[in-house]
Amino acid sequence: MFSGFMMNTWIAATIVAVIAGVVGFFAVLRGSTFAAHAIPNGAFAGAAGASLLGVNTLVGLAVFSIAGALGIGAFGRRARHDVATALILVLMLGVGALFISLGSQYAQETYSLLFGEVFGISPDVLLPIGILGAVSVLALAVIFRPLMLTSAMPEVAEARGVSPQRIEMVFLLVMALATSMTVPVVGALLMFSLMIGPAAAARSFTARPGLAVALSVAFGLITVWIGIAVSYETNWPLGFFVGVLGAAFFLAGRGWASLRGRRLTRPARTVPANAGA
Amino acid sequence: MHYLIEPGLWSSSPVRVAVLVGTVVAITSAVVGVFTVTRGQSFAGHSLADVATTGGSGAFLVGLNQFWGFLAFGVVAAIILEAIGVQRRRGRDVTTGVVLGAGLGLAALFLYLGTQQSNTTGASFTVLFGSIFVIQSSTIPALIACGVIALVVIVTLSRVLLLSSLSPEVAAARGVPVRAVGAAYLVALAISVSLSSVAIGAVLSTALLIGPAATALRIAKGPVRAMVTAAVIGVVVTWLGILLAYDSYYWPPHGHAWPVSFFIVALVVLAYLLTYLHRPARRRRPGLTGAPGAARPEVEVGA
Repeated sequence: MFSGFMMNTWIAATIVAVIAGVVGFFAVLRGSTFAAHAIPNGAFAGAAGASLLGVNTLVGLAVFSIAGALGIGAFGRRARHDVATALILVLMLGVGALFISLGSQYAQETYSLLFGEVFGISPDVLLPIGILGAVSVLALAVIFRPLMLTSAMPEVAEARGVSPQRIEMVFLLVMALATSMTVPVVGALLMFSLMIGPAAAARSFTARPGLAVALSVAFGLITVWIGIAVSYETNWPLGFFVGVLGAAFFLAGRGWASLRGRRLTRPARTVPANAGA
Repeated sequence: MHYLIEPGLWSSSPVRVAVLVGTVVAITSAVVGVFTVTRGQSFAGHSLADVATTGGSGAFLVGLNQFWGFLAFGVVAAIILEAIGVQRRRGRDVTTGVVLGAGLGLAALFLYLGTQQSNTTGASFTVLFGSIFVIQSSTIPALIACGVIALVVIVTLSRVLLLSSLSPEVAAARGVPVRAVGAAYLVALAISVSLSSVAIGAVLSTALLIGPAATALRIAKGPVRAMVTAAVIGVVVTWLGILLAYDSYYWPPHGHAWPVSFFIVALVVLAYLLTYLHRPARRRRPGLTGAPGAARPEVEVGA
């Protein structure tokens, strides 16, 4: 399980889980869940286009996910946000469907782009993934305060001269950056599960942002590690385990939240970490 | 004319089936979609389609007709969404997202098992992107019946649905069972989404649900006009998409048709974008533009 080629898988999946945990926390906090679903799907279209044209997949992924983020950000200001996201999403998926149908070896590639191909990672993608991941986490760290402010109190943010639209755009771009490198690893559809499940669970366990980010990353790591181990043994797709474990964490979080809601008197600061593990 | 409508278009039975099913799907999706857009549930609509994928791939696995799989999982997902509280705006998207994530995980498993079992790797493509030209004729009556059921539910409920969408408090005060109405609507949404998933694929059914409705809501005044306009846009877009896909067989690369779903999606987005051409002027002077008829020609241009 830890032999040569599997090490790439472990490293790549760990990086992906960290990124997804951090970006996902803000996606859940800001209610950008739909965008978190749409942008990886756009990246999928880009990968299909890149393989059709014979250029590097990472280029296709980056171009399409950034275009998707810009589209949602720009369009969302003028129309209802969810409608704009839905239309950008279907547009990119439609283009992706065209690319796939025009390409030749579509079937297997569609499956792996959507659901991931975590066991086929070559060592030379680890460096770009690591760099892009570090850049996205750094970017989020830099805009952490305005990001929190515009998420929690948009009016106050505006009064202080922070433009919510600009922050939204920056956030979507970071999500696009994070997505473009993670899609080849876990797939477009499951990058989404990995961003939302652990982050939503973390939010139910604690209201403190720093702790929630840490918990979100921890849940993400547990999810992919268990997923890879079981997937390696059973040969079942990693995506299945990621999706199911994400939902399980979320249910645990909801259960915890309602339990705590019932016993408000009991201070429970340190328990979440144990409960999460 | 010869170049636009290729010879043999109407004598081809897959095309006739596609036009028939496409029309039912387009009308149902458009009418349901008006409420989806009004209620701000685009994400739920899209998620239902994606979760229905799980059913489609599950049906593929056990050798059933895809449509029943789509329908069963779509309706179950709608009930789950309702049960864990889509009616609360706060946190609704997150809950939807988690259900979607779990459904996609299952879909991954089913598709994987399907390819292990039957060695047909094309399954994932068909399930996700659909193909209106390969609908089995035996399911057509069921498809039409489901479309009619969804339409009847929505039209019967339209008044209370609109009220409870726009202002749940007022509706509740007037004795409307907001939750039951919402649940009935979600089931109708699930049915219509399952229909469109079979026709143009799960990942693209959102296009027919949201696009025509959002376009209609921008150019038509009043819910009834919006529903009719949305249905017209949906039907025109679907017909044109089928026509173009049929024609595209003769486009490069030769002997390979472009997917119908691509054309339908492209036309849907185009129609929506066209509403922006004259809208900004309208918005600044809302008093001047009462006539929704003025927008009609644009629909045809857009489609």
